[in-house]
Amino acid sequence: MNEQALKAKAIIENYSGPELRIMEVCGTHTHEIFRMGIRSILPENVNLISGPGCPVCVTPVGFIDEALMLALEKNVTICTFGDLVRVPGSETSLAGARSQGARVQVVYSPLDAYELARDNPDEQVCFLAVGFETTTPAACIAVDKARENGVDNFTLLTANKTMVNAYRALKGSADAFLYPGHVNAITGTSACEKLAEEGIYGVVAGFTASELLTAIAVTITRLTEGKPFFENCYPRVVTREGSVKGMRLMEKVMEPCDAEWRGLGVIPDSGLRLNDEYRNFDARFRFDIPEIRGKGNPACRCGDVLQGKCRPSDCPLFGKVCTPQHAVGSCMVSNEGTCSAYYQYDFILQQARQQAAQK
Amino acid sequence: MDNVVTLAHGAGGRQTSELIDKVFGRYFANPDLTADDAAVLDVDKGRMAVSTDGFIVSPYEFPGGNIGKLSICGTVNDISCMGARPKYLTCSFVIEEGFPMDKLEEIAASMAATAKEVGVEIVAGDTKVAGKGQVDGLFITTTGIGEMLPEANTSGAFAKPGDAIIVTRDIGRHGCTILLARNDFAIDADVTSDCAPLWEAVESMLDASKDIHVIRDATRGGVGTVLYEIAGQSNVGIRLDQEKIPVDPAVKGVCGMLGLEPLYLACEGALVVVVPKDDVPAVLDALHRGKYTSNAAVIGEVVDDMPGSVMMRTEIGSETLLSQPAGELLPRIC
Repeated sequence: MNEQALKAKAIIENYSGPELRIMEVCGTHTHEIFRMGIRSILPENVNLISGPGCPVCVTPVGFIDEALMLALEKNVTICTFGDLVRVPGSETSLAGARSQGARVQVVYSPLDAYELARDNPDEQVCFLAVGFETTTPAACIAVDKARENGVDNFTLLTANKTMVNAYRALKGSADAFLYPGHVNAITGTSACEKLAEEGIYGVVAGFTASELLTAIAVTITRLTEGKPFFENCYPRVVTREGSVKGMRLMEKVMEPCDAEWRGLGVIPDSGLRLNDEYRNFDARFRFDIPEIRGKGNPACRCGDVLQGKCRPSDCPLFGKVCTPQHAVGSCMVSNEGTCSAYYQYDFILQQARQQAAQK
Repeated sequence: MDNVVTLAHGAGGRQTSELIDKVFGRYFANPDLTADDAAVLDVDKGRMAVSTDGFIVSPYEFPGGNIGKLSICGTVNDISCMGARPKYLTCSFVIEEGFPMDKLEEIAASMAATAKEVGVEIVAGDTKVAGKGQVDGLFITTTGIGEMLPEANTSGAFAKPGDAIIVTRDIGRHGCTILLARNDFAIDADVTSDCAPLWEAVESMLDASKDIHVIRDATRGGVGTVLYEIAGQSNVGIRLDQEKIPVDPAVKGVCGMLGLEPLYLACEGALVVVVPKDDVPAVLDALHRGKYTSNAAVIGEVVDDMPGSVMMRTEIGSETLLSQPAGELLPRIC
């Protein structure tokens, strides 16, 4: 451990002030915090809450239903990142649709989907565009290429989200945020600076153990000082301007819209959709998809988990019917989901401890 | 000879003989290689180890090796892990129609070179050709026979609390190499496969210690999977020290980008070894002198609490459970 990490660890371990609620927004943070065992060194009065920063987790049930309609009724080939395949819709998942004969293809990048469309002109190919500012530019590149090269059988089903208004919606859920470093690498930091003026505080955090410890220590110190704050604790990657190229690309292809977040409901101006110039590549427009209200499992508490209102273990399904192998809720499906992280690290460990104690 | 493999090469007629003579016979030549229906071999007294393994790696060439070298190393290493000196191999090829003949020769040549390095003879083989699209390039199955060293007695069930856990080199190279070679992620990194025959390493360890408890080849599933298997078979707990696990910086970088755990990436030239603590200096000393094991390291210990679990002391000094991967690991890596 380097000197900075040691110093940060000491600040965290020695904190003895009032209770603090710090929300790590990003799914990768949640996962790394568990993997590094950071929770186990926190004093009792520092609470890390996992927020809605896993794109798969916040995708509403209705979106899966739309994808299912495209696949099963409109004869469209669905290209998607792997995690989404297992997320349950109202009736089934894309994996279920695939077993009924739908064409569902896992890709690593939106460009793979574009290439599939280009090479199979007789097939309609739709990419499920989920994700935050980190992944949205790649979807924009794919659709821009399709327009430029006349690949008219390519579409996006968009559920892209932007973070800033989600922080506003979550204002009361935490005392401060650990902002997702990869998102700020694209967006820069000016929006977060503005949030500080509105009473929403946080620091941009990186992903190594040392960077995470530093970000938490800085948050504790600044909260203790009691003044408004924003700090970039990931200057290695995040600049004030962010990625000008990435932002321009998103502005060229997409426009802001209201978006539904699983658990949080509709947040104004927190989503992106294709703008008028690219409307033809919008799957909802091309295939005339009606508005769908999805129905999730009523016992599933993913929504509360995503707002930090409860821990995964408070959900009646967690670890019983809902496990990474048979996920009911989206937070258990994605490797970055809060429930999945709690299950892999915490639940299994508790079980092993119990078994060891019985012996 | 044709410059691609055709269905006729697998039909059993003149072209088949030609292929066998000009490619396999030429590279694999040794006194025991049979031209008859089966090889007839001298048998020594004592015990034998036998193992078989199929290889379907995609792509069939990758930095640090190809499917041919891999097919020798994989089986040789499985036999070696039991403490058996690899003596004989058989190999069976299923080749896709249209496969380039020069590539087939390259593959046969690297099989021959690897076999020679180990001192193992290829004594029998089979060639089939499948129609275009029925096989992806070529698949190879090898079977190996080894002569057990009389004193060797290793098993995944023999780990005891207090033992040390050694890996014989930096981990995760093969899995990382294949991942990059497929180019699905468009990441450039300088990583080569660790694919290597490890009999010499095993022999030197068995020479250095008469009390080696476990030797395991950390192929599919990587070191993490092997450790969970040992913890289960031996009904012990395992405690790792994250900072002591050797990982190449480039492999670490790729894992960081893709959110992968190096402990779960496949190795093709790394062993997990469990030995009593007192024997560690002698075993490490022997490994450090070996060609493929110069950065061998102790990465943890066997404990009696938490049987069946692998715990990890992280770089920040906390203790976590090594989580087990759910879902699909990378397919077709070996």
